[in-house]
Amino acid sequence: MSRVLPYPLLTASLLLMWLLLNGFSPGHVVLGLAVAVFASRVMVALHPGKPRLRRWQLIPRLFLLVVADVVKSNVAVTSIILQGKRRQWTAGFVAIPLKLRDEIGLAVLACIITSTPGTAWIDYDQASGVLLIHVLDLADEEEWRELIRTRYEALLREIFE
Amino acid sequence: MTPAEALPGWAALLVAFCVLCGASLTLAGAVGVVRFRSFFERIHAPTLATSFGAAGILLGSMIFFSVLQSRPVLHEVLIFVFVTVTTPVTLMLLARAALFRNRAEGNPGVPSRADMLSSAQGSLGGERR
Repeated sequence: MSRVLPYPLLTASLLLMWLLLNGFSPGHVVLGLAVAVFASRVMVALHPGKPRLRRWQLIPRLFLLVVADVVKSNVAVTSIILQGKRRQWTAGFVAIPLKLRDEIGLAVLACIITSTPGTAWIDYDQASGVLLIHVLDLADEEEWRELIRTRYEALLREIFE
Repeated sequence: MTPAEALPGWAALLVAFCVLCGASLTLAGAVGVVRFRSFFERIHAPTLATSFGAAGILLGSMIFFSVLQSRPVLHEVLIFVFVTVTTPVTLMLLARAALFRNRAEGNPGVPSRADMLSSAQGSLGGERR
């Protein structure tokens, strides 16, 4: 199994992607399968760590949490932009010590932080696990540290570690 | 492909609403790029377009083609996933290049690596692992 299909989940998602893009027909299943199997074997050369999903049941919760936060911050950033000079805001950097070490978990956290308007992932120090983010409307540094650590990091650690 | 006139009224309104919302958010993002004062503030503006700006337009497109071809069209889900997954790569690349340059030039307002580490340590107040 692991020789032929080193990443079964990746192969399955590639096949699904192929069928979504090209429409479902027996010919495309065969072609998509060939592409998926080949691509996931190429992936072996990159030696990515195998993602271990410890508690996948929590993923929908994380998803809903992120959607809600993205909506909120879309509204917040839009209002800052539209109010222009009438509203004062202070942007700034926040350094957050993370305990999350799993690569996939960190990648997911990067996607979350980046796709939320108003926060941007700037730097991550692998040796100490310190993450530097930039916050557009920074009222309280400590509040942001708590937010990232209790809201996202805790959940991601439960899912991936 | 069926012409757009075949679209029923309720769907046309829904599609128009979604596309308009998405387009307005994308416009707000573009305005933000002009209005913000520094590089690190500007980097926040385009995320409006890549999050709900894109989602609104794609949702409109999904409804439009699903109603016209009377089968669910899911291409847009893939587009959204790819946009979400690839945006951090570009943004991080830009941000880290800017950070590197600012640090190399010794500009104030950008935390140095030592600042960043000590500020994170300080926040823990001794409960380091």
